Amino acid sequence: MAIDILIAEDEPSILESLDFILRRAGWSISAVTDGDAALEAVRRLKPRMLVLDVMLPKRSGFDVLKQIRASVDTRALPVLILTAKGQQQDRRVAEELGADGFVTKPYANADVVGAVRQLLGENGRTP
Amino acid sequence: MLSADFVIATAIGYVGLLFVLAYFGDRRARSSKSSFLHSPAVYTLSISVYCTSWTFYGAVGNAARSGLEFLTIYLGPTLVFVGWWFLLRRLVRISHLQRITSVADLLSSRFGKSNRLAVLVTCIAVVGIAPYIALQLKAVTSSIQAVAGASEFGQGSLKGIDDVGLALGIAAGMALFTILFGTRHVDAKEQHHGVVAAIAFEAVVKLAALLAVGIFVVHVGGGFESIFAEAAANGIVVDTENTFDARWLTTLGLSIAAIVCLPRQFQVTVVENSDENHLRIASWAFPAYMLLMSLFILPIAVFGLTKMPPGSNPDMFALTLPLAFGQDGLALFAFIGGFSSATSMIILESIALSIMVSNHIVMPLILRFSSGVSSDGRGVTRLLLVARRFSIVLILSLGFFYFFFTRDSDALAPIGLISFTAIAQFFPAVIAALFWRDASLKAATAAIAAGFVFWVWCSFLPSFESVSPHVAWLLANGPWGISWLRPEAMFGFDGLEPLAHAAFWSLSINVLILTVVSLLTTPSALERIQASVFVDVFKRGHVPRGNFVPGSATANDLFFVAERVLGDTRAAALFDAEARDSGVDPDMLEPSPSFIGRLERELAGSIGAASAHVMLSKVVSGSDVSLEEMMQIAGETQQVITYSQELEKTSAELRSTAQKLEDANAQLRELDSQKDEFLSQVSHEVRTPMTSIRSFSEILLDGEDIDAGQRQHFVSTIHQESLRLTKLLDEILDLSALERGERNWENLPINAEAALDRALTVCEALLRQRGMRVEQGERARPTTVEGDADRLCQVFINLISNAVKYNDADTPVLRISSSVRAGNYVVDVADNGPGIAKGERKLIFEKFSRGQQGTADQGGAGLGLAISRQIVTRMNGSLDLVQGQLPGACFRVRLSVMR
Repeated sequence: MAIDILIAEDEPSILESLDFILRRAGWSISAVTDGDAALEAVRRLKPRMLVLDVMLPKRSGFDVLKQIRASVDTRALPVLILTAKGQQQDRRVAEELGADGFVTKPYANADVVGAVRQLLGENGRTP
Repeated sequence: MLSADFVIATAIGYVGLLFVLAYFGDRRARSSKSSFLHSPAVYTLSISVYCTSWTFYGAVGNAARSGLEFLTIYLGPTLVFVGWWFLLRRLVRISHLQRITSVADLLSSRFGKSNRLAVLVTCIAVVGIAPYIALQLKAVTSSIQAVAGASEFGQGSLKGIDDVGLALGIAAGMALFTILFGTRHVDAKEQHHGVVAAIAFEAVVKLAALLAVGIFVVHVGGGFESIFAEAAANGIVVDTENTFDARWLTTLGLSIAAIVCLPRQFQVTVVENSDENHLRIASWAFPAYMLLMSLFILPIAVFGLTKMPPGSNPDMFALTLPLAFGQDGLALFAFIGGFSSATSMIILESIALSIMVSNHIVMPLILRFSSGVSSDGRGVTRLLLVARRFSIVLILSLGFFYFFFTRDSDALAPIGLISFTAIAQFFPAVIAALFWRDASLKAATAAIAAGFVFWVWCSFLPSFESVSPHVAWLLANGPWGISWLRPEAMFGFDGLEPLAHAAFWSLSINVLILTVVSLLTTPSALERIQASVFVDVFKRGHVPRGNFVPGSATANDLFFVAERVLGDTRAAALFDAEARDSGVDPDMLEPSPSFIGRLERELAGSIGAASAHVMLSKVVSGSDVSLEEMMQIAGETQQVITYSQELEKTSAELRSTAQKLEDANAQLRELDSQKDEFLSQVSHEVRTPMTSIRSFSEILLDGEDIDAGQRQHFVSTIHQESLRLTKLLDEILDLSALERGERNWENLPINAEAALDRALTVCEALLRQRGMRVEQGERARPTTVEGDADRLCQVFINLISNAVKYNDADTPVLRISSSVRAGNYVVDVADNGPGIAKGERKLIFEKFSRGQQGTADQGGAGLGLAISRQIVTRMNGSLDLVQGQLPGACFRVRLSVMR
């Protein structure tokens, strides 16, 4: 069955925390730890949305986002950008590339869940 | 029979002819530039004014008394014209460029346009020439008396008139004649074409007359040989004993000086020259003329000595021989010839001298005592002409007085030589002016003055011996009885005959002073300028500019001055030409410095260089501009230049400072952006563990449905991330301290091998965990280096753990080797991992650099290599990435071995 959320994050502890809070919110999760794997997984798993870290090994989050927006199959995929820097410049670049939402590290768990819910269009649903 | 009346009438008629000749010659020369009056023939003939009655009568007398000595007077000029014509050419070129009007003007102009020098030279010339004028008066007087004395009938209206009265009459007539001839107008170049034409005519007449007498004598005497044979038979021997003695050399030298410096010779040779190339013709034609003149002198003298009664004046042989043979026509011709020689000399000499007097004495006085040219309504030209007429009267008066006081001496030639000696005093200065750059005004003035004083004492004064008992006593005993000051035996030097003695002392002192003073004094700026104008005349391509400051002079002011001096027509022509050249309306003419310079030269042609300079100075600046003021202006200009050079230097310094500031600013900016980058990196590195801590804390705080194991795991993660944060902060602080150059340890002798072994022991667990095989390469013996054991161990641990962490090979291998090479302890830490990509090799030691392969799970913040390198550097060693034996990365630590 198709999964709800694909997480692309290379910090193991952060990945673990995201996995935990999003599963607890009731979504099915899959995770990758580098940019190439993220693109591959997006095509293969066809998740409903992508939680994408900017600083990824092998292929940066921005590059992954650009590829996703460039392909017809994946163009409509909602993407939530995680950035440790949280800087205006990163945010602007991500917006231009077509990111749908942003969460800044260190994040509040509720913010992540809220943002994911919004992108998945599940505002009415309760976990 | 000839009568004195008839002869005088003929002379007056001849003068009338000359006047008509001069008048038409002048008109012709003005109307046509190509007239034969501008030809080299006329030029050469006019130079022959050198041959005066001294030649016509005196040379014969001289030959009769002293044999061949008379020839020296013609040999000197021949040498100059044939051998030294380059000197004459230089003189002519300079004089044309500088509009030189006389020898006084030449020296004045060369030595800084000094008027004092010009006055000195003029005075000396006037006094020095007086005997020469007297010689002519005496010759003419004698010739008339010779005619008159030939018979009772011949005296005519001269009865009761003695030679003094006759000479006075002649002098007065000559003065009138010269005034009529030479001062009809003032010309810029002081050229008198009419006069020159008359002089040339006279040159032909005197040559023809002397040749006629000579041919007559040779004819009557039956040829040269028989004349000399008959003379020898009568016991008459031409004196050849003294040939080539001191007197001979003296007269030769004096005649060389005279042909250059005599005012009338300078006038005809230099001033009246209209074409430099005429000198080429004159250089052989003039000597040829003199040769012809002297051809029959010896036969006439010898024949006269043979035929004339004893006691006859040998000076008059040329006249008395034809009379004695009843050849009245020839005698009259001879008289006219002798008269021509005398008049031509008197006319030209007094014109030349009057120009000097008016330009150098009268004109400066007018300039000094009139309140300026503008208030003088009558015009300078008129004033100048009046001054010249008076000068002519003065000059002839002096000549007459000299004649009057020395009338008892017989011979003509010695009188002429007195003048020659006076004029020769200019010669050293003239030569120095033309060739010696360092000759100075003071030297020239002192030299000429001293030479003149010696001349007065040794030559001029003794000529009054026969008329004054005082002078005779002086000659015998010296002043106040001081014998070594006797005029003809100065300093007890009485081995020379008087002429040579006077010439020797005056010229020796002259040259000595000129040389020594020139070497001791520094010429002024204007002198230096003029020196280079003179000395470099053939090097300069252009006429030098005038040395005036472009001041407030308007063309109007300048025209006013020029009109007064040059006359309306010439001034207007000059200004129109300038306006045409600069392409403006004459009314709008702005006088340029070069124009003012040209104007000065034109004015100099009329009133002398010094006067022209003073006059234009007045107009150009509204007041006198002294050379001192000019120098002050120049000095100020120099100051301004120096100041602006300083400014330039300062501004260059400012520019360099600004550049440095800019560089520093750029460096600061660079540092600032590095700081931003660093902060950004640090915040990233801090946020990552913070994110985990916050997230897991929130999970734990929620508190629900988390089992104990999970809870334990989350707490442990939070703890690890806290440690990671702590380590990160420690590393940042550590690196920051190292980068500031601080060192929280002391470099001591340590065993490097021990530190390496300890690092391997520490990493043993990690290596085993990753299943990494350690390959021990060659190892050094225990080696002492300078450093800190713990810190060195930290470096090795960092390198080993990097090799472990980044190695993704299936069978990971670590290779450690150490050695001592060339005084260095070298440790290589190599692995068979992916290695460092080429592009990253330089960056690998930078802060927060982990390489592309690095992932977050490898732990570090990317500060390890940066810190390690700083540590090794602080131990005076190096840490580099090198090509190792394994495919992966190889880091090399190098430290100096302690001895």
